[in-house]
Amino acid sequence: MSDQARPGDWVQIHRVVLPPGERAPQVPPDTQAVPLEMWVKGFLLGAAGPGETASVRTVTGRVLEGRLVGIWPAPGHDFGAPVPELMTVGGEVRARLAQGGGDANRG
Amino acid sequence: MGRDLSYAGVMGRRNEIMLKAVGIDYRTYSTGVLAFDYEALMAEAGDVQEIRRIQRETHVGDTPLWELGNITRLVRTLAPPGKGARIFVKDEAANPSGSFKARRAALSVYNAARKGYPGVSAATSGNYGAAVASQAAMRSVGCIIIQEVFDSRGIGQPEIVEKGRACEAYGAEVVQLTVGPELFYVFLVTLEETGYFNASLYTPYSVAGIETLGYELAEQMVAREGRPPDVVVVTHAGGGNVTGTARGLRKAGATATQVVGVSVDLTGLHMASDRDFNRKSFTTGHTGFGIPFATWPDRADVPRNAARPLRYLDRLVLVTQGEVFYVTELLAQLEGIERGPAGNTSLAAAIVLAQELDRDRIVVVQETEYTGAGKHPWAQLTFSCKNGITVERGDPADNAPGRRIVLPEDPAQLRVKEFPLDNIRRSYLRNALSQAGDRRLTPEDYRFLADEIGQDEDQVRSLLKEAAASEAN
Repeated sequence: MSDQARPGDWVQIHRVVLPPGERAPQVPPDTQAVPLEMWVKGFLLGAAGPGETASVRTVTGRVLEGRLVGIWPAPGHDFGAPVPELMTVGGEVRARLAQGGGDANRG
Repeated sequence: MGRDLSYAGVMGRRNEIMLKAVGIDYRTYSTGVLAFDYEALMAEAGDVQEIRRIQRETHVGDTPLWELGNITRLVRTLAPPGKGARIFVKDEAANPSGSFKARRAALSVYNAARKGYPGVSAATSGNYGAAVASQAAMRSVGCIIIQEVFDSRGIGQPEIVEKGRACEAYGAEVVQLTVGPELFYVFLVTLEETGYFNASLYTPYSVAGIETLGYELAEQMVAREGRPPDVVVVTHAGGGNVTGTARGLRKAGATATQVVGVSVDLTGLHMASDRDFNRKSFTTGHTGFGIPFATWPDRADVPRNAARPLRYLDRLVLVTQGEVFYVTELLAQLEGIERGPAGNTSLAAAIVLAQELDRDRIVVVQETEYTGAGKHPWAQLTFSCKNGITVERGDPADNAPGRRIVLPEDPAQLRVKEFPLDNIRRSYLRNALSQAGDRRLTPEDYRFLADEIGQDEDQVRSLLKEAAASEAN
């Protein structure tokens, strides 16, 4: 019961907008084979558990219904990990400039 | 009686929904079978001075123009004797939402509020969403941004996830979708349900909003160096950035300035493919938008696209994903400015173009954008690796979109690939002919087509003949 969301919680709901077979005709085969899905966040109306049907009021005041998939969801993106192929670039180009290349008198 | 919400039903009401949501009756601008009065349509947005006044109300524009002294020095280590133009950048990240897109959003939101719409909506996965949300916050109107974010595994492109976060930070509702052009269907349903204004990227408001960028840039350069820049390099996707910047330059009297468009080469990756979606390390400024929108601008979400880049491009070049990540690192490490990725696409090209020009010439990169979680090269390259893409140092010529990202071993390996404008002109005219169908083109249509491709009418006739002959084969 600890993962039950309470009224007023900021939650994310999910629903299928177009199932496979109802996708737009110009869509390539790999996309035709999967549904068009939608996620929206809002304040929960009533109580609901994960996977259950829930209604939310969005920040614009719309009331939307879907399956509850996130309670106080974090965005999840970050800065990634240091990239070895980039780590030495700064030193390389600074060394190039320090060698006196690009001085105003050349040419 | 309920509305028909089926895909076909909603798409069938497209024109009616858009007429209400944009407030412009595009039919009144038609002057021929294909022709329409482009300048009259653009006049809907007002003149540059009026637009500046409106943008200043919400802190948009008046961004700094900086000389990139260390990058220019680096360029001169690479260039032949006497060559190596000075490179400047216009720091558009200084706009309220962190990119030049604030200029595009400012007029849309101003007009939506003035005309009494309860809110604004835009279908965009880019900085434009944050820009609309930020402007909507300032003018106290509702805002719904509709994004294409996830593949069918539910994995979001980090840069788009970040832009969604930014929209929410400004108080907007964000509708997140999986891959597919039916985003437009969801957009239409939303506009119809809410009565919101369509803050499209392609209305006269959005494109005229960028004219101030070109205008300011020319003014700043004249004040500083006594003359307009020789070359302005513009990251090219949907065409608005090229169109608005070039129009602004002309209005400021910078008629001799060369306008060069730059796109990241993503050849081979399908824009509507669920599989390819997360194999792209750039979410805009790439050929997947840049070429289709140049060859047929009216594929947009409004009947007549105000962004018509073929009218204004002097040259179009492509760079690779690896080159742009490398140049993003140069900008941070040599100039102490952490920005991107969008403006760095043009910076990558500027570093190459400056080597072709004499040292007293001036090249301007006309935008930067904010960077951060999801947008940073580490975020994108970490994501690439997770999606099975190889990241390595080497010759950027070995870049393979969706498979291999090659970061140059040396700045001398940076290059541009020319994209012949005549190829785009021919494709444009083929598309125009197919739109015209059996209808006979009028003299006005020929004049229009000449303006559209930036050539004279004789050139139009000869390219049309070539196009018709290739159809016949």
